[in-house]
Amino acid sequence: MISISTLWRVAGGLAAVLLLTPFNTKAQDLLNQLESETTDSLRREYVSATFKGTRVINGHSIETPGKGSLVFLISHRFGTLNSGAYEFFGLDQATIRLGLEYGLTDNLAVGVGRSSLEKTYDGFVKYKAIRQSSGPRPMPISVTLLATSAVSTLKFEPQPERSTTSRFTYTYQALLARKFSPNLSVQLMPTLVHRNYVALRRDQNDVYAIGAAARQKLTKRLALTAEYYYLLPGNTADDYRNSLALGFDIETGGHVFQLHFTNSQGMIEKFFVPQTTGNFFDGDIYFGFNISRAFQLKDSK
Amino acid sequence: MKHQVILIVLLLSGLTAMPALAQSKFLTRTGTISFFSATPIEDIEARNEQVGAAVDVQSGQIAFTVPMKGFQFPRSLMQEHFNENYVESEKYPKATFSGALVNWTAAALPATGPQTVQVEGDLTIHGVTKRVRVPGTLEKQGNRLLVKSKFAVAPADYNIEIPALVRNQIAKSVDVTVNLACNPAP
Repeated sequence: MISISTLWRVAGGLAAVLLLTPFNTKAQDLLNQLESETTDSLRREYVSATFKGTRVINGHSIETPGKGSLVFLISHRFGTLNSGAYEFFGLDQATIRLGLEYGLTDNLAVGVGRSSLEKTYDGFVKYKAIRQSSGPRPMPISVTLLATSAVSTLKFEPQPERSTTSRFTYTYQALLARKFSPNLSVQLMPTLVHRNYVALRRDQNDVYAIGAAARQKLTKRLALTAEYYYLLPGNTADDYRNSLALGFDIETGGHVFQLHFTNSQGMIEKFFVPQTTGNFFDGDIYFGFNISRAFQLKDSK
Repeated sequence: MKHQVILIVLLLSGLTAMPALAQSKFLTRTGTISFFSATPIEDIEARNEQVGAAVDVQSGQIAFTVPMKGFQFPRSLMQEHFNENYVESEKYPKATFSGALVNWTAAALPATGPQTVQVEGDLTIHGVTKRVRVPGTLEKQGNRLLVKSKFAVAPADYNIEIPALVRNQIAKSVDVTVNLACNPAP
């Protein structure tokens, strides 16, 4: 049985607490209270900078230029490392692609490019369909859709059966990525390359591949990247090699330098997915780089 | 019996005292903080309209919470660099301030016009806490409490490292402007 006086003491203490608490409130408590009331966990946060540039190495990343941003991209591949000292280990040769990409919105971008390889022009549309986010109804991955077309403008050999449409190649990719931590991002790329024209009857017009890529940051401005495209079984897979590339991303202010080693000479999907010939482990390695420079043409906000 | 009456009276008075005091508290979740960095090469400006703030005019306590990802830059690349390289928003998602008005008495707030005040407290940015003292004004406008302040923050004080390559493009000291319209706390 609790005596009245005990109850009295408890109640008195309780009342004192109730009365005095407001006066004892320290700023830290006000901050804690504020944090609980602003409930930032209720705000949807999109994950940004899954990859540093719009390319992982050869292939596209899920990133697009921000709204109103024009990116000038210079991509370069030297010759193979195993070409020997006479060729200065490949540095005497070079293939190049110049490209421009523009963010129409934060999620939609278009781009054009021109490769010296087979004098090829390419254009693409890229759309960030789903963005990884935290908060209410979190989204575990980002999905970007990519459609490209490429046209070779090499002068025809005397091949009367070839029409203009035969020069076109189309690529469709779904880029699925997840940024697991600020340092590690992984991407999967189911890919279809459709070639209007193939030289031999046994060649496939439609080539399917699955790509995988990863970025591991080493420091705030330096990251390791890797990219691999696996050709699904078929004649193309028998005749050609899977594209493999390893590289570094080095970030400065408005530039991203990407240095890499790859067994693919081409820098657009129609080359590196179905037409890679180099054996990486025999030294058929093309050293190369991508440099991108962003220019803000319109304020994004 | 007598004790129980006193008890109830005390409890009631304790409870009723709460809302009366709580009314001295003003809150916002949509306050604005902007900053400006001017150098001969480049001006950088960003604006955040997701600032949470609480002011208790009775006790003079002030608290802020600023979601770093809420800063909007005119250039999307700047925004990415800000979050990824400078303030590391994923590691340090918020900047906070908790402090008090200096030499404050609740009666000092005039019915009209702004009241100049000094605020002293702990400013935490990028995981680094510094004691700061900044000037500002408080103004009662109808039901609301307007809070304004302008001060400078040096990124180096908060271990925000700026690489040599862009050091000339980012000012040593960044001007911060705070603009809040707080409503009475419910």
